[in-house]
Amino acid sequence: MNRKALIPLGIFAVLVVFLAIGLTRDPHEIPSPFIGKPAPAFTAPQLQTPEQTFSGKDMLGKVWILNTWASWCVACRQEHPILMEFAKTKTIPVIGLDYKDQNTEGLKWLARYGDPYDLSITDQDGRIGIDFGVYGVPESFLIDKMGIIRYKQIGPVTEEALRDKILPMVRELQK
Amino acid sequence: MIPEIGHFSLILALFVALALGTLGVIGGQQGRADWMALARPGAQALWFLASLSFVCLTYAFFTNDFSVSYVAQHSNSKLPDIYRIAGVWGGHEGSLLLWLVMLCSWMMAISLFSRQLPDVMVSRVLAVMSLVAVGFLLFMLITSNPFLRLSEIPPDGRDLNPLLQDPGLVFHPPMLYMGYVGMAVPFAFSIAALLNGRLDAAWARWTRPWATAAWICLTIGIAMGSWWAYYELGWGGWWFWDPVENASFLPWLVGTALMHSLAVTEKRGLFRSWTIMLSIIGFSLSLLGTFLVRSGVLTSVHAFATDPKRGVFILLFLSAVVGGSLTLFAMRSGKVRAGGAFTVVSRETFLLINNVLLTTAAAAVLLGTLYPLIVDALNLGKLSVGPPYFNSVFAPIMLPVLFFMVVGSYARWKNDSVAELSKKLRPVAIVSVLLGCAAPLLAGAWSWLVALSLTLVFWIVLSSLQQIYRQLKDSPNWKAIPISYWGMQVAHIGIAVCVVGITMVKGYETEKDVRMAIGDTVEVAGYTFKLTGISEVPGPNYNADRGIVELIKNGKVLRTLQPEKRTYFSSTMPMTETAIDSNLVRDVYVALGERLTDGTSPAWAMRVYHKPFVTWIWGGCLLMALGGAMAALDRRYRRKAMASKAVSQGVPA
Repeated sequence: MNRKALIPLGIFAVLVVFLAIGLTRDPHEIPSPFIGKPAPAFTAPQLQTPEQTFSGKDMLGKVWILNTWASWCVACRQEHPILMEFAKTKTIPVIGLDYKDQNTEGLKWLARYGDPYDLSITDQDGRIGIDFGVYGVPESFLIDKMGIIRYKQIGPVTEEALRDKILPMVRELQK
Repeated sequence: MIPEIGHFSLILALFVALALGTLGVIGGQQGRADWMALARPGAQALWFLASLSFVCLTYAFFTNDFSVSYVAQHSNSKLPDIYRIAGVWGGHEGSLLLWLVMLCSWMMAISLFSRQLPDVMVSRVLAVMSLVAVGFLLFMLITSNPFLRLSEIPPDGRDLNPLLQDPGLVFHPPMLYMGYVGMAVPFAFSIAALLNGRLDAAWARWTRPWATAAWICLTIGIAMGSWWAYYELGWGGWWFWDPVENASFLPWLVGTALMHSLAVTEKRGLFRSWTIMLSIIGFSLSLLGTFLVRSGVLTSVHAFATDPKRGVFILLFLSAVVGGSLTLFAMRSGKVRAGGAFTVVSRETFLLINNVLLTTAAAAVLLGTLYPLIVDALNLGKLSVGPPYFNSVFAPIMLPVLFFMVVGSYARWKNDSVAELSKKLRPVAIVSVLLGCAAPLLAGAWSWLVALSLTLVFWIVLSSLQQIYRQLKDSPNWKAIPISYWGMQVAHIGIAVCVVGITMVKGYETEKDVRMAIGDTVEVAGYTFKLTGISEVPGPNYNADRGIVELIKNGKVLRTLQPEKRTYFSSTMPMTETAIDSNLVRDVYVALGERLTDGTSPAWAMRVYHKPFVTWIWGGCLLMALGGAMAALDRRYRRKAMASKAVSQGVPA
């Protein structure tokens, strides 16, 4: 056996370790600069009843989730059943932000797939999304009683994220 | 029914590949001629099954069978026919199937064109490739089956990603995969040689045309991908150092080193361990690329739907293949070292220098590609490594390669003298420096980097011409010069052509981002662009805004460019279709951006580029590929084939 010839094998072993660790990480997860900061203020018309508006301030004193979605968003369909289940538990209010969408399309989408939201607001030009630093839809923000963003879920809410991250934080924040 | 046939033939293929792999390896070790004889028909059967499966998937696409989940996700009834066929490899599962078909096609080719090889070699080579096929078949059947049915049949498919709805999809992936997977061939030859314990000039001669063939496909595939990105993305770039691009570039760099190392092994019996190592690394990088692309460990523009299960599988597979071959290498490589001696100044030395440089370049690119992952794994934060790193590391490594390339092709094997070499090369060197320094002045702006690059370009081209001239003068019978010699010269000039393109674009491109209303003009590099109108044009599965832009030089309208902004029905992301006016020395390039609603009159964001010599980048790649093809077609490989056939016929059976 040639000792020197073992070097490539050693290098490769180290590489595999890094690749294996890499598998457990999500490269898309970018720490949001908004975490720990007050949620941007907004007032927007509601999707179902456009003559009424809704403001982030209305939720002060409650722990709640702002979930961005859109009828054109494919990944939203993936998280939708999970949100539907979550809504049934009535743990905390979930407010939908219909991001860059046509109202009629958004309503149709909710009618077809079900409506997990306490209410949805519309953000046709995406201004609110920009204020919240939304990169893509869906993203969800967990906001505490003081109106401070505590957690951001990038991409669909998964069962694991809900169980391991969001719910424990909700229990913590509700104390 | 048809998709089930496809699924079933994949399962059958798995068993054929398993049998072929185990019988080939064991048969080779025990010298069982009857088992070894199965290799060729077995490989052909495997090819048939893989192709049948591929045809079944294509059929499902063509007939809009949305009960097949993969078809429902990547096709649509409105999708034009050609993309329904190309859509087969538009997603993860189907592109794996393409990978498999390519692998089996290489096996098929070996089974057909290997009469000069001893049976034990053929059966081992095909066995190694079958075992690779087993890995990919298991991967597909366990995690990524393209034939899975949906219980609820959707009325229509989700449509192919609009970015992929381009002729580029038809040609780029098959070519690239052909090259990627082709790296398995020299790999299999190396493993067979290690199992054999025999690694000689004959082995190198058998391997060379296959390694070159894979390299040609890789070269063309990468060039096509780069060109596609250039005209499709509308960013004006032709190379982004994206992880997936790097994944294809790494095997190319190592493959280039491998081809040259093989030349030394064949001619001089040297660098055997190097050659074996390079072929293992080349294929390992192909597999690593697959891992990086499919597991989602890195962010990239080439997003495939990712699934952690897939990542785990490929990582295990990668570990088995690469770990296994490196262990075999450690056990056996002591036996293969040997060969003649050479002095410091000799062709061997210069080829070795360039091989080390090419491998270093590959290592630098690999490091940059994996760096974000390593940093994240060590909990040091999130970061991305971009073009600034790659450009600043890659160029200084590659410029010496261009220099030594010429010296290497001039130097004699075994032993040469500095005095002799410099006598031959000094005039070329002086002329190159003069021309290289003068050229940037003519182009308008002096820069060190441009002057240096162009000096090297002249250095390569002039020395090639001088060498050809001498060669013809020395041997009046030019027919006696082997075609592989011309291949080398063409490929080396191809490199020079490519470097001209890269240098000129980097040094002299101009671009402007402007807001344009109808009637507005913008000037770039002496060309005037006038937006004369915007019209709405319906497409088969999209609506487009088409800009009418007049390209004017010296008051004369040269032609009308029609860039488009397309909105596909299935996606909200608008797509840019650029309009390019291309000629030998420059491209002018217009991309229509967003419609701007800030002013009173309608206006559009427009990007306008002037790119000098940009087509030379891809032209150079084609020349390289042509040179490679000439080298691979050398009569030498076939003549030996006939000679050994004659011998085998002479021996009574």
